[in-house]
Amino acid sequence: MYNIENRIIKLWIAATVIACLTLTLSAQPSKKILRYGADASSGAPYVFQNPKDMSQLIGFEVDIINEIAKDQGWKAKHVQNEWDGLIPGLERNDYDVAINGIEITEDRMGAVNFSIPYYSTFEQIVVRRDQEDINTMSDLVGKVVGTLDGSLAQKILEVQGGIDIRAYDDEAKSYKDLEFGRLDAVLIDEPVAKYYAGWNPQLKLAGQPIGEVTYGIVTRKSDTILLDQINRSIDRMKKSGKLREILEHWNMWNFMMAGFMDDHKATNIPHIYYNDYLESQGKHITFFDQLRRYIGFMPMLGEATLVTLSLSILSMLVAVTVGLFVVLLRVYAPQPFSGMAVIFIESIRGTPLLIQLYFIFYALPELGILISPFLAGVIGLGLNYGAYEAENYRAGLFSVQRGQMEAAISLGMTRNQALRHVILPQAIRLVIPPMTNDFISLLKDSSLVSVITMVELTKQYQLISNTYFNYIGMGILVAGIYLLIGLPFVKLAKLAERKFTVDKRKIIKR
Amino acid sequence: MKVVIDDNMNYLQSGDDIISIKDLHKHFPKLHVLKGIDLQVKKGQLISIIGRSGCGKTTLLRCLNCLEFFDSGTLRIAGITLTRAKSEAAISKSIKQKSGNIRKGFRTPFKPTDDEAELDDDFHIKVQILRSRVGMLFQNLNLFPHLTVMENVAKAPIIVKGEEKEKSIRRAIQLLEKVGLKDFMKRYPYQLSGGQAQRVAIARALAMSPHVMLYDEPTSALDPELVEEVLQVMRNLHKEGMTQIIVTHAMHFARTASDMVVYMEDGKIIESGPPEEIFSNAKDPRTKQYLSIVKD
Ligand SMILES: Nc1ncnc2c1ncn2[C@@H]1O[C@H](COP(=O)(O)OP(=O)(O)OP(=O)(O)O)[C@@H](O)[C@H]1O
Ligand SMILES: [Mg+2]
Repeated sequence: MYNIENRIIKLWIAATVIACLTLTLSAQPSKKILRYGADASSGAPYVFQNPKDMSQLIGFEVDIINEIAKDQGWKAKHVQNEWDGLIPGLERNDYDVAINGIEITEDRMGAVNFSIPYYSTFEQIVVRRDQEDINTMSDLVGKVVGTLDGSLAQKILEVQGGIDIRAYDDEAKSYKDLEFGRLDAVLIDEPVAKYYAGWNPQLKLAGQPIGEVTYGIVTRKSDTILLDQINRSIDRMKKSGKLREILEHWNMWNFMMAGFMDDHKATNIPHIYYNDYLESQGKHITFFDQLRRYIGFMPMLGEATLVTLSLSILSMLVAVTVGLFVVLLRVYAPQPFSGMAVIFIESIRGTPLLIQLYFIFYALPELGILISPFLAGVIGLGLNYGAYEAENYRAGLFSVQRGQMEAAISLGMTRNQALRHVILPQAIRLVIPPMTNDFISLLKDSSLVSVITMVELTKQYQLISNTYFNYIGMGILVAGIYLLIGLPFVKLAKLAERKFTVDKRKIIKR
Repeated sequence: MKVVIDDNMNYLQSGDDIISIKDLHKHFPKLHVLKGIDLQVKKGQLISIIGRSGCGKTTLLRCLNCLEFFDSGTLRIAGITLTRAKSEAAISKSIKQKSGNIRKGFRTPFKPTDDEAELDDDFHIKVQILRSRVGMLFQNLNLFPHLTVMENVAKAPIIVKGEEKEKSIRRAIQLLEKVGLKDFMKRYPYQLSGGQAQRVAIARALAMSPHVMLYDEPTSALDPELVEEVLQVMRNLHKEGMTQIIVTHAMHFARTASDMVVYMEDGKIIESGPPEEIFSNAKDPRTKQYLSIVKD
């Protein structure tokens, strides 16, 4: 009891030191590796997790980028990012190229360079099986139509006009909503339609090909040498027939590619990967298959849980440090500084955490401050919770009786000695229960960092459930994990509350 | 700034007053609380201050160990001499400003007041030595609730004087024995009765080896049967030669235990003298009138 505050402080310093070490160790540069940005939740057949082995990333774009890397003597390495953050992430230098069904458009060419196209396709309308009246673009007018956010299909729908557009950030959900009847139709690139709707007995592809979509690999404007190397490799793949082979494996060779590459001869290359995919989707799953599958998820979920936990713990350490610093500024510093502390607290509390994370991750690099996703998450969550902690500590400080300071001073202590030995130890006891609660909500808020390319527990849930269309089972499993890791802290909060509310009564009483 | 604190009383020439107050003034917003206090106290004396509620007794005590800073006059106490002459302009300015400052002070507790910030380092060093030599007991005791009885007593010497922990603890045990609470060392303040808490507060102040003890109504919050145990501690200290000033409503104690009784009214000392003289033979009609009301 005598030394409880000392022990807390020591523990906290130790944890901070460990945290700093982890951060420095986790930053490791390497050469000869082609880092490619892609969203693994964007799904088949682009870049997605192998349903048979979730730790493996597959897709026709994975095959293409691996082939390019092989051609150049490099090794390709995937970096996860949300699809609509792919270009900002490239500019942040999180990876060297992005390949993920990114359509070659005028607007994008203003910001980045595109390689020569590696695939060409069209937009495809998908409707429910029983729907007969939607076959052309003009049929979509007045209907509720889903599409992928930021895609070319969305532009086409906007240009048509009069359509109630619903933009999704992943295609699987849009087809689910079409099945449920929340949408009348979905317009997305044809490969997506083929892979997500084509085999579904509830849905069908409707009407003729719409528009033309070409995909290119994206590089930074400044990386002209890299662009040139990639273009040469793609060109060689086209000539050698390797590109066609890959596309045939995925059942993606179409009339447009035939025209585009002037290659009209028939082949008998099997659609091996497409067939694998169909098999995994259509297969009847027994209870034991399901169980085996869930057990198979465990290493991935475990890893994601570790990310969530370490992120939350580090963020809380930052929050406590920031909170203490800010509250001391606010309460004890002279005017310009205490005012700044107030502005900090209010502007953090008055803006969404999501915006703050985006700002730290995407806006700061433009000012020349580049930080890793993990660090950005820690800083974002830490600053945000720091503001709340500061207010929490202020409340604690103010509920220590005023007479305590006078009693300490009249014993000959200086203000700082009184603060350290009399006021703070009491304030800490009042502040621990709400702090524990804050940590639990931080644990849950940490899921927001998936917007800045982190794969933590919630993101992992999304990835797995999108591959298997298994939202219920996985949802319960992941919610269970959150509960489980939160439980010790809930217990701790209860304990602290029971212990310290007694103390609080004492403190108020005397 | 490092203040070296020693316990010896070398400053005291024999026959000197250990406390000497000259023309002390103190203002609060819209209120002139202390209107020229003069008081001399010899070492070992026990002084009782009596007077109506609101006459400025607490304020005077708080000025004596600088929890409030007086505006003008001279205060010599336990070898430290503080002189201050705030100008009329500064006083009237602070009188006008202050009510705002009180509100500000409420928002930021534990922060130095403007008045405090105005004084120079030299003054503050003196104040700190002064406070370590003058022990004070408050109306509401303010024991440290997060520390045990023993820690309450042992803490300040360790922090302020840099005393060894062992030594301070040994001394704390002695003091607790002296106030009759040796068995209560391991308790927390909330586990004490009012009289026990008050005695712990006295032990806590004594741990700093003060040269002077100030008490603000030490028994007013106590049940009648607990009053005596606290007063007994003061009588014992008196025997040991401790200089003590007590603001009290316990007339019987003032009359039987003190060497001098001081009657205050409206920020001034009206009359002072040996208890028998004041209680049975007051010269001033105002003293007489007050005593006729409070007679117990
Ligand atoms: N911090 C302050 N600010 C403004 N006015 C104050 C302050 N402290 C005391 N006063 C006023 O000064 C006057 C004297 O107060 P003081 O506490 O010294 O009286 P007291 O003689 O101790 O009375 P009691 O016997 O009721 O304790 C009172 O009118 C009080 O309202
Ligand atoms: Mg009083």
